[in-house]
Amino acid sequence: MTGYLSIFIAAIFVNNIVLSQFLGICPFLGVSKKISTSAGMGVAVMFVITLSSIVTHLIYHNFIAKYNLEFMTTIIFILVIATLVQMVEIILKKTAPTIYRSLGIFLPLITTNCAVLGIAVLAIQKQMDLMHSVAYSLASAMGFTLAIILFAGIRERLAKTAVPQALQGTPIALITAGLLSMAFMGFSGIIH
Amino acid sequence: MVKQKTRQDSLIRMVIALTLITSISALILSWVHEQTKVPIEQAQNNEELKAIEAVIGNDFDNNPYQDRMKISTSHGKDKLDLYIGRKDNKIKAIAIKTYSNQAFGGRLELIVGFNILGQIKTYKILKSNETPGLGSKVSEEKFKSQFSGLRPRTSSFRLTKDGGDIDGVTAATISSRAVIDAINRAYKAYQRFRSGGKYE
Amino acid sequence: MNKKVSLDNLTRGIFRENPTLVMLLGMCPTLGVSTSAENGFGMGMATMFVLILSNAMISMFKNFIPDRVRIPCYIVIIASFVTVIEMLMAAWLPTLYTALGIYIPLIVVNCIILGRAEAFASKNNVWQSVLDGIGMGIGFTMSLTVLGAIREILGAGSIFGYPLFGTAPKSLLLFIMPPGAFIALAFMIIGFNKLRGVK
Repeated sequence: MTGYLSIFIAAIFVNNIVLSQFLGICPFLGVSKKISTSAGMGVAVMFVITLSSIVTHLIYHNFIAKYNLEFMTTIIFILVIATLVQMVEIILKKTAPTIYRSLGIFLPLITTNCAVLGIAVLAIQKQMDLMHSVAYSLASAMGFTLAIILFAGIRERLAKTAVPQALQGTPIALITAGLLSMAFMGFSGIIH
Repeated sequence: MVKQKTRQDSLIRMVIALTLITSISALILSWVHEQTKVPIEQAQNNEELKAIEAVIGNDFDNNPYQDRMKISTSHGKDKLDLYIGRKDNKIKAIAIKTYSNQAFGGRLELIVGFNILGQIKTYKILKSNETPGLGSKVSEEKFKSQFSGLRPRTSSFRLTKDGGDIDGVTAATISSRAVIDAINRAYKAYQRFRSGGKYE
Repeated sequence: MNKKVSLDNLTRGIFRENPTLVMLLGMCPTLGVSTSAENGFGMGMATMFVLILSNAMISMFKNFIPDRVRIPCYIVIIASFVTVIEMLMAAWLPTLYTALGIYIPLIVVNCIILGRAEAFASKNNVWQSVLDGIGMGIGFTMSLTVLGAIREILGAGSIFGYPLFGTAPKSLLLFIMPPGAFIALAFMIIGFNKLRGVK
């Protein structure tokens, strides 16, 4: 059990996918102006990453590895992820139109969210079994959600302050992200 | 009605287009794969040999990378890669790839070389997330050189802080301990190998 | 006139619409591999290779690919070229291949490539698309190399692996660690904006 706990703590705090591994930066910078949207994005990413880790794991071990198609991994994984995202989009459109509307054009962008493909590939590289890779991907996605919500919270406050002209827009957002990343560095060394 | 018609048409076209593009790409990829298979293996072989040579020298006449096996430490589930350096068919040295999950940045991977007496020759860090400038100092000669000739899993094979003989890197006790932990793990595999224990 | 258009397509990506510093695309590899000038340059070149070929291919097949499945088709084409460069690098540039690691397969999801496919290659002829790919590729490579160089000089006291300040460099470690990536990029964008004359 402690094994799983340390996977969660490591993936959420110590090796946060956004702040220390730089996966999923596009939505992190793009959908983080409001806490509510970023939370929605976080949930969608969590769902897609966990689902895709299960599917890609099964496909890798029952198909790709069996027929020595390792060199096709990237292409197969990205197709699987694109299909999954499409499905999630259709389901969300039917069942939760409000979330669907607020996430707008960003949902199709989950396909090109490198966190999704990145986590799927990393879980295979780390030779995890199914349960561990589910835990790892869920935890990583939770790390993404935590980072984006914290970031959105800061940006909401930032929008009300007078920022020096040269820093306005992207630069101040990046510096904020840098400070957040620095804060997360304080977590390294907590698992032993 | 008309709309329905065009949708049907485009469905067939869609399937054709996707299938065609996917099969062309699969064809091209298999071809490139065939062409690069040998060079990739060669490159990997050279990289691994470089790491092995860094820890056991080059006093061997076989290819330790080809002469490798997976060997389990006492837990059974845990398997390490072990490379054998032979000269005139006699074992000269052993290199073992090992790891520790107790490093500051999570996982630390290293390769360590042993002579036939079970003494450490030296080690080389392969992968780590240690803090640059602090924990990363475990890969520096000043810390490393203390290990040469030592036998792991003895009471002196610890940091001075823990009652042993090894001076830890200042401000990086955890990283220093992780290196010792990884080498102890490798030594278990080494002992198993020397006693002819089970390996696969 | 035609020449002017070609020149414009080539230079657009380098300065005016620099994918990294102006469009803010492809942020993951930008921040992730820019720990040294060499890694940044290698990543930039690998991405440029994929970008030029996928732009050419997509432009060639633009009339054949049905509109509604264009994105999956583009992704397959891009992923194929990424796999090709991945295998080539593993075979002939193993050190760089190991250094770039996970970020090589992730070229597939680099928004620059899909973005150019959608915004440019699907509407223009092959030659112009290649020019666009070259321009965007150069713009991306330049940004990554410069960012890598800044981080390497400040954080490790060296440039392209050569030490600058003697054997015991005093350096600002922060810059090769993750937070430094964000901060260095922020200041690079400020500088670039000044250069472009944007307030």
